[in-house]
Amino acid sequence: MDHSIIVEGLTKRYGDKLALDGVSFMVERGEVFGYLGPNGAGKSTTINILSGLIEPTGGTAVIDGHDVGRERVEIKKKIGVVPETSNLYDELTLQENLVFVSKLYHVPRHLREQRIARLLDSFDLGDYKARRFRGLSKGLKRRTVLAAALVHEPDILFLDEPTSGLDVVSARTLRRMIKEFKEREITVFLTTHYIEEAGLLCDRIAILVQGKIIKTDTPRALEAAAQETPVLDVRVDNRGLLSEKALSGIPAEDIRVTGDRVRIYTRDISAAINALSRLSEETGFHITEVNTLKPSLEDAFIKVTGLSADQMKTEKEGKR
Amino acid sequence: MSLAEELEGVAAIVEKDLKAYYFKPPNISWGILFPVVLALAFSLRNPEGLSELAPGLVAMAALFGTTSMEAIVITFEKRVGAFERLLLAPVSHASIMLGKILGGAVFGLVISTVMTVLTTVFLGAQITDLLGFTAALLLTVVAHSALGALVAVSVKEVFEAQTLSNYFRFPMIFLCGVFIPLRRMPQALQIVARLLPLTYSVDAFRAVMGGAGPGLILDLAVLVVYCSALVSGSVILLKRSL
Repeated sequence: MDHSIIVEGLTKRYGDKLALDGVSFMVERGEVFGYLGPNGAGKSTTINILSGLIEPTGGTAVIDGHDVGRERVEIKKKIGVVPETSNLYDELTLQENLVFVSKLYHVPRHLREQRIARLLDSFDLGDYKARRFRGLSKGLKRRTVLAAALVHEPDILFLDEPTSGLDVVSARTLRRMIKEFKEREITVFLTTHYIEEAGLLCDRIAILVQGKIIKTDTPRALEAAAQETPVLDVRVDNRGLLSEKALSGIPAEDIRVTGDRVRIYTRDISAAINALSRLSEETGFHITEVNTLKPSLEDAFIKVTGLSADQMKTEKEGKR
Repeated sequence: MSLAEELEGVAAIVEKDLKAYYFKPPNISWGILFPVVLALAFSLRNPEGLSELAPGLVAMAALFGTTSMEAIVITFEKRVGAFERLLLAPVSHASIMLGKILGGAVFGLVISTVMTVLTTVFLGAQITDLLGFTAALLLTVVAHSALGALVAVSVKEVFEAQTLSNYFRFPMIFLCGVFIPLRRMPQALQIVARLLPLTYSVDAFRAVMGGAGPGLILDLAVLVVYCSALVSGSVILLKRSL
């Protein structure tokens, strides 16, 4: 297997605080690897070590065959980083920013112009190239930062909360672009606090809590592992006809009624549907909709971390 | 990493800083106004001519031109995350600091050139050794820009950088022979003055602007040592701050 990133026993200590505690994972070439975790879990510390900004206290990390401790400059040539903040230069135009970054990454002079033109085109930024970075919308800024990260055509892209704070349309555009990286065989290391986003984009997800990876798997496998008892979600008319006593006859581990919705937690879905159908004929209420609920990635996250997605989002926003 | 790539990185940072910060209209107008006001004020105070004060004024213009923006630019970029972009690029920490220092030095060079033109063309001062003057000016702007960079990498906030810069700058104006020749100061202050780079800049400018010049080579040599020490110090402090 060809791996872009190999991390073994990575540790980072700030004084008494252990930010990363023996983290190990591997990312295949061309894979979109999600790194999920609550605020302070160590996501940014990991990116900072892998991108050569800070040194680890212990462990090893190899990026595209280069050791992060010894070959930082070689690694920096191979990676593109989109930090959480859109950190280009306010006083320069969009085009000037891209030219500056291309010089900083030693893009040969004869390739600069055409490469920047291609990026402006593929990110729909052409109309704004003469505008100062300061005056761009949040969505345009994120797209420009993404274009800047690609100007030297990196093999590996680190995306730190790429859609954070964006409107729905901009976030969707950015997600489409991230999906396109996969087609171009760019390895993507993505941190996000949008759990649905990780499910949509990532081939595999690692869940990080308090500096330790506690689970790594595909989104589907994480979802499947999250729910032990299947759920039957039923919508009814004439809900008033449904008494607790009548519902107790349905073979289920738990039954919860909210408004016109009945959720039946049962290992025998068939028996539960039959019982519900009989009850409907006896009492006169109508079943208008029946669904079996699939566990979500959020369920998986809650189960593994003990923290809800909302809590995670609130923490993240509180940090800003 | 080849030398050519490192130099390309340095040049890109200098060009970007000049475009994004230094050569903005408010800074250009300040860069012209500062030496004009200073020269006018001193020419009114000394109607007989400025040849005595000109070396100190050129050194002061270089000091303020380099340090006033330099410390702010670096701390501002650190604050908004733009400095991280430089740290992520395939260039060494030394090249990043050199790019930053040379950007400030170019701005200081412009301001001190304006001051030189004013004092020589309009106020009677003379440059007697152009080569020596050029060397002294270049070393002065690099040394003091590096001092600004050193201050900037050792603090976190813009206001801290300004305060700490003033902590160095204002005593230097009074101690380093800008207004009062060193020999007229108490012995203890002369010792302190000998520890500050501006003293050697003022000395060197005096030597090449009509004054006696036996110490020029020594002044330039000391400024070279200051340049090396301050540039290296800023790189070491940057690495430690990461």
